Amino acid sequence: MIFLDNLINGISLGSIYAIIALGYTMVYGIAKMLNFAHGDVIMVGAYVAFCGLQYWGLPPVAAILVSMAVCTVLGVTIEGLAYRPLRQAASLAVLITAIGMSYLLQNLALMIWGANPKSFPRTFINSSIINIGQLNVSSATLITILANVVIMVALTLFTAKTKLGKAMRCVSEDRGAAELMGIHVNRTISFTFAIGSALAAIAGVLLCSSYPILQPTTGSMPGIKAFTAAVFGGIGSIPGAMLGGILLGVIEIFGKAYISTELGDAIVFAVLIVVLLVKPSGLLGKPMREKV
Amino acid sequence: MTQNTQAAPLLKVSDIHVYYGAIHAIKGISLEVNDGEIVTLIGANGAGKSTTLNTIAGLLKPRQGTIALNGVPIQGVGASRMVSKGLALCPEGRRIFQQMTVKENLEMGAYSRPAAEIAGSLEEMFQRFPRLKEREKQVAGTLSGGEQQMLAMARALMSRPRLLMLDEPSMGLAPILVEQIFSIITELHGSGVTVLLVEQNAQMALQVADRAYVMETGLITMQGDASDLLHNDAVQKAYLGS
Repeated sequence: MIFLDNLINGISLGSIYAIIALGYTMVYGIAKMLNFAHGDVIMVGAYVAFCGLQYWGLPPVAAILVSMAVCTVLGVTIEGLAYRPLRQAASLAVLITAIGMSYLLQNLALMIWGANPKSFPRTFINSSIINIGQLNVSSATLITILANVVIMVALTLFTAKTKLGKAMRCVSEDRGAAELMGIHVNRTISFTFAIGSALAAIAGVLLCSSYPILQPTTGSMPGIKAFTAAVFGGIGSIPGAMLGGILLGVIEIFGKAYISTELGDAIVFAVLIVVLLVKPSGLLGKPMREKV
Repeated sequence: MTQNTQAAPLLKVSDIHVYYGAIHAIKGISLEVNDGEIVTLIGANGAGKSTTLNTIAGLLKPRQGTIALNGVPIQGVGASRMVSKGLALCPEGRRIFQQMTVKENLEMGAYSRPAAEIAGSLEEMFQRFPRLKEREKQVAGTLSGGEQQMLAMARALMSRPRLLMLDEPSMGLAPILVEQIFSIITELHGSGVTVLLVEQNAQMALQVADRAYVMETGLITMQGDASDLLHNDAVQKAYLGS
């Protein structure tokens, strides 16, 4: 039973990584940049939800929606102010800007909410323990997994079926050709940041529902791990983010449970290194191929 | 066949200059395309033919000069707004969306048109290119070179352009496919599509075109009726290899 407990916890933690990884992978796929501020958008999302629940007396669903709205605006603003002017610049300049943006968000959070960790309030998400046979699973675990499945299905359908989703795939494949089709590339990129950031808000709430300590650096470690998950699964690939995230979560929990608690994170990154040595494009990544 | 209308040309490019950084790639060229014509732009590698098309399509901005479609200036409008103005570029190297299906590629060509009109145009393209109908659900990256070129042309036609610009449609294709592509261009001409064609295969291009411009290192050095240029000594020496 302990094995199953660990497996479910791993999938749940992995689901959080997967939702965050989607933000990395979609933005990378479309704007060809690594948005290292993405982890900190999660932190902002969690703080906004915290304020909604603790200070403004909002019901949990409303707090989540407000948090999603704030993160969406934040993500689009970051893209417009910081990244768009660098669209033609070297990728290194964009990367450094993203890292700068990450520190800016962390320090703004430090100014606004202070350095003391906040304890994330209990909501319907993490209020109960559900018994399935002999398993005792927290509701947060189940809701996280469920949310992940719903998001993945929705996003897959969105990119496969809708006009906007197809436009995103076009921009991802060939920005110039997409423009020739009449697709507004900047608008499509903004929209991608909007989706990624709204998902970051959800991830922030789910993360803090399972691990209820909230501080300005809350987003950075999950952010890095989710980035790792995105690379692991094949960056740019939506199913890759899902697979990478869940595998990473399971490996982390099993590593901590059966090998060493201290080495848990090291094991995660060691696995990443091995995967990248064997398959540099990630598990589901497509190797770059050019046809003239 | 040749232009004789007093009306404004469909496309009028006047004295455009284009730079890549410090490199002066297009040094003041002017050209016109009239409604219903096939006009070809021939010249050696690096003469600036593709740069000219990309500039007209809005992918590049001219530093100087004007481009007018039907008398309305369009320079600096931006590529994504060109399609709705009636201009479509089928780019060099085809650049189809390799990971999308043939049908999806065609739908993307009609991106700026109302959804209700797309089905009819799809049918039209499948009639014109039966091979694409057979491959409708196939991922475009799996098509052969010739099929990819047909898809790229059909995709451009899906926007119902007033002017279709083709950049090196015969590039990298086997001779039999080159023939096929050029016969499609002739057919398009027959159905009233206006075409601005850039080609390295000057022989074929001059045979299908009404008029032609010869480009050399960023300048237009010769222009006239395609049939005249086909028999012009200088053109034959430089581009037709005889």
